[in-house]
Amino acid sequence: MTRPAAVASLGRVLLAQTWSEALIRWRLPSFSATSLALPVVLFSFFGLPFSGRPGPGGFDAGAFLLVSFGAFAVGQVMVFGFGIGVAVERGQKIDLLMRASPLPPAVSLAAKVVVGLLFALLSVVVLFAYGSVVGGIRLGPGTWVNVIARLLAGSLPLIALGFTIGYRAGPHAAPAMANLVYLPLAFASGIFLPLDQLPVFVQRWAPYLPTYHYAQLAWSAIGAGREPVGASVAWLAGYTAVFLWTAARAYRREAERKFG
Amino acid sequence: MSVAAAVVQMESARKRYGEVEALRGIDLVIGRGEVVAMLGPNGAGKTTSISLMLGLRRPTAGRVRLFGLDPRDRRARSRCGAMLQESGVPSVLTVREIVDLFRAYYSRPLPAPRAIALAGLDEQAASRVGQLSGGQRQRLYFALAVCGNPEVLFLDEPTVGMDVEARQAFLQAIRELAGEQRTIVFTTHYLEEADALARRIVVVDHGVVIADATPAEIKARVPSKRVRFQTSPGLVPAALDGLPVRVLECAAGRVRLLSAEPETVLRELFRRGVAVADLEVAGADLEEAFLALTARPGSGP
Repeated sequence: MTRPAAVASLGRVLLAQTWSEALIRWRLPSFSATSLALPVVLFSFFGLPFSGRPGPGGFDAGAFLLVSFGAFAVGQVMVFGFGIGVAVERGQKIDLLMRASPLPPAVSLAAKVVVGLLFALLSVVVLFAYGSVVGGIRLGPGTWVNVIARLLAGSLPLIALGFTIGYRAGPHAAPAMANLVYLPLAFASGIFLPLDQLPVFVQRWAPYLPTYHYAQLAWSAIGAGREPVGASVAWLAGYTAVFLWTAARAYRREAERKFG
Repeated sequence: MSVAAAVVQMESARKRYGEVEALRGIDLVIGRGEVVAMLGPNGAGKTTSISLMLGLRRPTAGRVRLFGLDPRDRRARSRCGAMLQESGVPSVLTVREIVDLFRAYYSRPLPAPRAIALAGLDEQAASRVGQLSGGQRQRLYFALAVCGNPEVLFLDEPTVGMDVEARQAFLQAIRELAGEQRTIVFTTHYLEEADALARRIVVVDHGVVIADATPAEIKARVPSKRVRFQTSPGLVPAALDGLPVRVLECAAGRVRLLSAEPETVLRELFRRGVAVADLEVAGADLEEAFLALTARPGSGP
């Protein structure tokens, strides 16, 4: 039985892996239902009542808060999806069999990122459709697209943060850790309530948080940002570098322990 | 066998986990089409050996090659399938979905129905993995190991958790695959299983290979039965001299021994007029049998 060493095309492997990741994510209600429903529910409580009223800098407070919860939704998909998803996968030793297969680890990672982006997109579209239909919030088509594009592109540091949690925390600790990290970050960045309604010390520290600059990037798409886009991008790039470093460290530590 | 035809090569492979030296220098060459059983007690180094062959672990010293390549090389991985102990698969996918996913990792996979049929999971193809029983899950891992149409299969304790029927079907599937000139390397605790499938048995103990031979040769060296009886309190061990046995105990009228030929032993005992009461002949467990393979001078067959 002689045959040349042959490997499957990476594109085909990526497609199959992405499809499976998407199926898995879709069938776990803790991910699919939470990431789709929670932002809508929260926006109904915190955002809808302010629709049509003037917000920070004179913009429609409803639109401002809709964008805020869009940022919350994407960040949640990234931090929870990757943080809990990876930790559970490690806990169930799903990584072990994959590791022995010809699936390149980079393709597995890429599939997770693609699926994370798809779910983030879906949850933002659902939220914005709700805000527009139920909340009567009107933005131009270009503005909607701009906000969504910024939310997805700016989520890179949050993906890396999610991976750090996923490779650090055990499957039982990961949900708690993701909540403890993400909810205070989102709150202190003015995502739930506008910054000027938060305690003074929070207002002082907010400009150092990754989620603050992430929200600023999105707010500036509707003209409600407090800093130039370049500053937001620079901060986010810096945080991406930091979290990629922590994620790589956590990944390598785990790989050395399991596969060294 | 020429090294060029080797599927697996291990050269003085050592593996240390912290203070524990799991492998203390394994030399092993496995050629194309061989069906090899790695036999040994718990902690002997079987799983570590398989992990090195698969590139799941790196040797602390020595060299391991798969098809002449680093086992982590995707070209090598694309030619092998593996069934590991303690691995998992996503519980929300169906059998068919996860088999199709693994097939996509390979360039020339088996048709999904064939892989599923080999594993005897036809009726469960549409079931979610989370709904499978322990034995069915084990068969799913087998389907995942074979679905890539691999040239070599590594199976780490494949029959653990299978009931008798599943085990028989599994052995049949392995024979079918071996008949297609695939190389198969599997670990087991059971000499019977190794004997039923393998044409070569590698016995591992304390991280070294202590025997590497055909099943017939190994069986001849392993005293597979335990014989126990009561006799007269005055019987001395010398009364058992010349018998094909390994004496475990002979004191105060109680005798315990291991033998590959209990019938011969009993016939000889009766001929010598040794009193035998409460006779019990049972299959020796492997731990006991290994004592004989690591034979110390002056004892054993």
